[in-house]
Amino acid sequence: MIQTRIVEIWVGLFIAGGIAALFVLAMKVSNISTFSKVEGYELTARFENVGGLKKTAPVTMAGVRIGRVGDITFDSTTYEAIVHLNIEKQYDKLPTDTTAGIFTAGLLGEQYVSLEAGGEEKYLANQDEIKITQSALVLEQVIGQFLFSKASEGGSSNGN
Amino acid sequence: MIGWIRYLGRSGLHFFERLGRGSIFFFNVLMGLPFLFFRFRLVIQQLYVVGVLSLLIIIVSGLFVGMVLGLQGYNTLVDFGAEESLGVMVALSLVRELGPVVSALLFAGRAGSALTAEIGLMKATEQLSGMEMMAVDPMSRVVAPRFLAGVISMPLLAAIFSAIGVMGGYFVGVGLLGVDTGAFWSQMQAKISWSDDILNGVIKSVVFGVVATWIAVFEGYDAIPTSEGVSRATTRTVVHTSLAILGVDFVLTALMFE
Repeated sequence: MIQTRIVEIWVGLFIAGGIAALFVLAMKVSNISTFSKVEGYELTARFENVGGLKKTAPVTMAGVRIGRVGDITFDSTTYEAIVHLNIEKQYDKLPTDTTAGIFTAGLLGEQYVSLEAGGEEKYLANQDEIKITQSALVLEQVIGQFLFSKASEGGSSNGN
Repeated sequence: MIGWIRYLGRSGLHFFERLGRGSIFFFNVLMGLPFLFFRFRLVIQQLYVVGVLSLLIIIVSGLFVGMVLGLQGYNTLVDFGAEESLGVMVALSLVRELGPVVSALLFAGRAGSALTAEIGLMKATEQLSGMEMMAVDPMSRVVAPRFLAGVISMPLLAAIFSAIGVMGGYFVGVGLLGVDTGAFWSQMQAKISWSDDILNGVIKSVVFGVVATWIAVFEGYDAIPTSEGVSRATTRTVVHTSLAILGVDFVLTALMFE
């Protein structure tokens, strides 16, 4: 009888341990804790080029994450990308002339949307659009421009 | 030439015969499962033998696999100045591949071989026939609880393996090599998704549990009832289970992570 009790206790511990391990994987290792649908509101921003921006990329302000990128769609009349930004509820005081830019974390890191506050006294509300945007920096274009300007510089100096 | 073709035909027939018997056996085991609702104590007994007694080797291997991943990953990543990604590397490889696969291989060696030997010996000593004589169905009384216990244990063992492995990687990376704690965890959380990575890992380990336990109990039940037959069946269990797990893993990975 005591034998069965010990067996049952061990099996109980085993199952509890397995479920606890799964819970640790869920909460500590995966993104389930940060990904859970937060209460908030949605803003849109139009970009000429979103580069490598992806869904669930962070939206930051002054380097602090205040939301995540929702959908990224394409407007076929203006040929622009429409990025939907899910901003958390407590950050509801973004001025209407806030600007949005797409930056890269580090040289090869992930791309994210950075917001910069303006000076207006009115605040952005749900479904509003951020008017002033700055497209993603595409490295190849920058390098191309740099080489082009270098080449023209060299050509003019030769001419003199 | 004819002899060679005949050999090929015979081994083909043998293979399909075993596959067919195995499938019928699998079906019979599934039929025996409802019986366990009334006798769940049998499953608990087997969970102890199959699951709890495998815990030690799973925990120790998980810890060391995680620590080695931490060391090796650090040495490579530090060349690119990306040692903060160590957490992602350790956790992704554990959750997606190493956790389910290595724990299934260990499970085949530790629990699968024991299941085969036990059932094979029961057959060799005519305990199974004795049960049938007493109108007790050995399928639902002996085989089904072991099968169910294996299927339940496998994902739990794999989850424990992965969690302990991440802790091992954390210990080596952050504790010994000086990777930043915050970056280790936050990069991991940013890159690993619950539904794509962890749930797929759990699905993998459930499939491995079915495959590994099925092969183990079938080999035992199908063993030639002599001591030599049982020993051959035990060897076959470990070899076939390992090969099956590696093959199934490739297929599942190809389907899951496109």
